[in-house]
Amino acid sequence: MRAVTDPPLAVSTLDVERIRQDFPILRRRVHGRPLVYLDNAATTQKPQAVLDAIARYYSETNANVHRGVHHLSEIATDAYEGARAKVRAYFNAASDREIVFTRNATESINLVAQAFARPRLQPGDEVLISAMEHHSNIVPWQLVCEERGARLRVAPIDDAGELMFDAFERLLTERTRIVAITHMSNALGTVNPVREIVRAAHARGVPVMVDGSQAAYHMPVDVRSLDADFYVATGHKLYGPTGIGVLYGRETLLEAMPPFLGGGDMIASVTFERSTWNELPYKFEAGTPNIEGAIGLGAAVDYIRSVGLEAIERHEQELLAYGTAMLEALPGVRLVGTAPRKASILSFVMENVHPHDIGTIVDREGIAIRTGHHCAQPVMERFCIPATARASLAMYNTRAELDALGAALTKVHEVFG
Amino acid sequence: MGDLNELYQEVILDHNKRPRNFQVLEPASHHAEGYNPLCGDRLTLYLRVQGETIEDIGFQGSGCAISRASASLMTDAVKGRSVEEARSLFERFHRMVTTPTDLPVEDLGKLSVLAGVREFPVRVKCASLAWHTLKAALAREERTSTE
Repeated sequence: MRAVTDPPLAVSTLDVERIRQDFPILRRRVHGRPLVYLDNAATTQKPQAVLDAIARYYSETNANVHRGVHHLSEIATDAYEGARAKVRAYFNAASDREIVFTRNATESINLVAQAFARPRLQPGDEVLISAMEHHSNIVPWQLVCEERGARLRVAPIDDAGELMFDAFERLLTERTRIVAITHMSNALGTVNPVREIVRAAHARGVPVMVDGSQAAYHMPVDVRSLDADFYVATGHKLYGPTGIGVLYGRETLLEAMPPFLGGGDMIASVTFERSTWNELPYKFEAGTPNIEGAIGLGAAVDYIRSVGLEAIERHEQELLAYGTAMLEALPGVRLVGTAPRKASILSFVMENVHPHDIGTIVDREGIAIRTGHHCAQPVMERFCIPATARASLAMYNTRAELDALGAALTKVHEVFG
Repeated sequence: MGDLNELYQEVILDHNKRPRNFQVLEPASHHAEGYNPLCGDRLTLYLRVQGETIEDIGFQGSGCAISRASASLMTDAVKGRSVEEARSLFERFHRMVTTPTDLPVEDLGKLSVLAGVREFPVRVKCASLAWHTLKAALAREERTSTE
């Protein structure tokens, strides 16, 4: 495997004005106002470096990968595999063989549920998730549990939105075949103690899949230090393009798993009698992959590393504290998700105002927030609310943008007061 | 650009705050549940139809100001009307909220305060939820009363 060139050394503090220059979309206006983009938990904006990498791929190297002997196919393959090496380094996996490109985190989870869990599940076995999961980390397990006659168990969360660790441990039984849990809640912002979760599960011989869709762009993720068996992420939240997802899997586990999808590229040989599978990670990448997506994602993780995840984390934590204090000071506003360890998510409700109305009014001020159940209906039920408004932060957000949100919420209060 | 004051008119804010016919009808001859998965708005509609007339109507549920006000205004508009008139009103309302903003729309009296949602395409579903639920309730003729 080729070596990854180290990105430039990260600066210790983050120059947010300089960073904003790298994101062309932040220059546009919405409803006549400068765009204030606070819907990062849904998808992040893309830096110029990512847009350039995609354009360069199509204008200079477009060819299919892993098959041609011609020059372009060779350099397209190099670029695609180079992106894999960058992603491997980003998550500090041991080998490129452990990084599978998928369509998104959802597909990665389905891959683990179908190719890893399904053959192992017997009637009466259990899959353990938590009460703060996104639908994408619930439904794939329901499907596989239903088919195998297994049971989906759910570890509860408390009123702050924190995992109740004792209850989680009690739900780890001799029937538990896998734990599937989020690293960070998209609806509440809670950051789970993944290392402790993995330790508790491994002590009982239970493998753990971590959903890193939200965490991976807010904090450094080291899959070896977390000791996770599987870790999934999605490109479009990592400042990269849509349509590209990541599955990290421990090599021994991936090796033992049957393929997920069949087709070209994932085979070693095919006859009508039988086919044999390609080596890792290609066994799990059937068909022509999303080459531009992988290359864009490679450029995105390069960009994140050039800014530095520690600096990003510090900047976002500072903004989170600022936004939390601001929202708490607004009349009638209540934060949903107040765990001691959380990141970048300000989920809130407002007295006598439905989140949908909040969303429409602040949108007229050029402010993009998410309103609704955030694909986490069980979380909403847990807090007995139909929906929340959610402002979610990324590296390019500023205090001034949170002030703009505060002013817009005052306007909401005036309309409905 | 849509004007917020067009959307959140006094009448709408008033119907949101004090929804009319906000009650469970017991017994009811028809009922249906409406759900808008985009925003989680839920609505249960109860009708008491005698012959061809909607004698009484009530609704329950949670939702945004637009869906709640629209449900409230809808119940006022169809109460005492015939089933046929209610169906025709559904069509006219639907036409009003889906007609492009540069074209004129029919004056539907009080219901016209909701014409402003045309400027806010993602909110059209909020305004239509109660009406679609009404249509479903009337179509299914589902009897839910325990009499």
